[in-house]
Amino acid sequence: MFSIFGIPGPLLFGQLLLGLINGAFYAMLSLGLAVIFGMLNIINFAHGALFMMGAFVSWILLEYLGIGYFPSLILAPILVGIFGIIMEKTIISRLYKLDHLYGLLLTFGVALVIEGLFRNAYGSSGMPYRIPDILQGATDVGFMYLPNYRAWVVVAAVLVCTATWAVIEKTRLGATLRAATERAELVQAFGVNVPRLITLTYGGGVALAAFAGVLAAPIYSVNPNMGTNFINTVFAVVVIGGMGSILGSIVTGFALGIIEGLTKVFWPEASATVIFFVMVIVLLARPRGMFGKAA
Amino acid sequence: MLGFSRSQMIAFAVMVALIVFSPLVLYPVFLMKVLCFALFACAFNLMIGYVGLLSFGHAAYFGMGSYVAAWTVKHWGISAEIAILMGGLTGAALGTCLGWLAIRRQGLYFAMITLALAQMVYFFCLQAPFTGGEDGIQQVPRSAVFGIFSLKDDMAIYWLVSAVFLGGFLLIHRIIHSPFGQVLKAIRENEPRATSLGYRTDDYKLICFILSTTLAGVAGGTKSLVFGIATLTDVHYSMSGEVVLMTLLGGLGTVFGPVIGALVMTTMENYLAQLGAWVTVTQGFIFVVCVLFFRRGIVGEIGAKLKLAL
Repeated sequence: MFSIFGIPGPLLFGQLLLGLINGAFYAMLSLGLAVIFGMLNIINFAHGALFMMGAFVSWILLEYLGIGYFPSLILAPILVGIFGIIMEKTIISRLYKLDHLYGLLLTFGVALVIEGLFRNAYGSSGMPYRIPDILQGATDVGFMYLPNYRAWVVVAAVLVCTATWAVIEKTRLGATLRAATERAELVQAFGVNVPRLITLTYGGGVALAAFAGVLAAPIYSVNPNMGTNFINTVFAVVVIGGMGSILGSIVTGFALGIIEGLTKVFWPEASATVIFFVMVIVLLARPRGMFGKAA
Repeated sequence: MLGFSRSQMIAFAVMVALIVFSPLVLYPVFLMKVLCFALFACAFNLMIGYVGLLSFGHAAYFGMGSYVAAWTVKHWGISAEIAILMGGLTGAALGTCLGWLAIRRQGLYFAMITLALAQMVYFFCLQAPFTGGEDGIQQVPRSAVFGIFSLKDDMAIYWLVSAVFLGGFLLIHRIIHSPFGQVLKAIRENEPRATSLGYRTDDYKLICFILSTTLAGVAGGTKSLVFGIATLTDVHYSMSGEVVLMTLLGGLGTVFGPVIGALVMTTMENYLAQLGAWVTVTQGFIFVVCVLFFRRGIVGEIGAKLKLAL
């Protein structure tokens, strides 16, 4: 048994891995929030509820239709994304001309409705979701046993984050999107259907949340509160990173997850609040956030 | 009088009359709950209605006020008015620290920062030994005013709560109609312009935030005396959401709106309590309806119909 700073290695790496996994979820959720904020100028308070919905949809697909984990990793984000598109078309789009705070209040209300409905239907205790057979078990990587599913979550999160970044920064669609974020009227004058672009962006951001939800289902029990527990921390992550940069929110998400994991090793009592402390320090030193642009 | 317009004077007189006479027909404990939440909502409205900043973490000040008042009454045996004052001081102290951090950002970021800071307070309360964790502080005695007038009787404490509420309400009204309040409105309407006129807008925002959190603490302290209990529910973020909803439903930036909002929401929760999670669904639904079709709120709509500022 080896140790680092008097902490047994397996414990340290175990917590580091847990931190990395939380960080993966922070990254995916804050990325979605940043993408939506860039285009719609609203903070999507329903993001946590939609994340939870992703987990529930995959659970429902398995339970009632026998559709397994990997198909639902594609299906659930599509279904929840469609739900998001309907939401954007029917209610959110009415608010673009108003103060942005109304968008926040509206999505908060939607989150309450979604969570309340799921709590009515399934209770608050939570349901287990079985890890797919191929990802069962653990691999010995020399210094620790690495549970396969957890490794997969980190890999999948990195892949989907990179893909999102690449779409926004490297493709023509992304270029149009970024242009519309800066000057919507001008882009519209060039013949781009900006309202459709906005709708698709919201759908995409929501699908990202749902994807994270499916990934989370086997780790945390599928319960109506899982989104809320995450999203309040994610808001702090977003404040720390600033919403100006796609890459920034990904990096901040992972970094804060790791910081949280390390705090769990060295000072367990502070692990629930450490991200908020980081937020306070960032607010004092760099009020715009680490990657934020001037307001 | 007191900066009230004629119509507001009439509305105020009606409100006082209702406070005085409704215990004859309604359960006093229910009315006290309404009054505590009404004061809380009025305090919250000071920020959103007059500075235009949405604080999504007001439960932190309400809850901490409630905890400190409950703890001091239970362990030090202080009299009721001091306990309520302690609640207010707690709200002020916490509001000074957290407000100082939060006013660095505006708009949506302000909402997220206040929410995150309140979440930090929640985790603190969850772990700190003095709050009693999941149990909360229970069986808090109601104590006595000035150590003499016992508050055991529901009607006795009712008059105290009414006095606290009316005092807070008039104070808020006075703040809004003072030169200070006019500057706040100027900041809400056009902050760069207020800055260019030489006002240090951050100072004004912070002072307003502290006033708001102080009154939230007072409301929390009063609540814990009435019910003899201070729990995690008071600091939970859903409480922050509830006070936003009360104010939104009653009418953002109206004088009487938060009171009406608190009355409607508390009544609704009383009737829907046995329906469990449907309360959350209903609350969310009211949020959506208010934002989409009803942005002026109940009092705002009535005021617009009658062409009066209520």
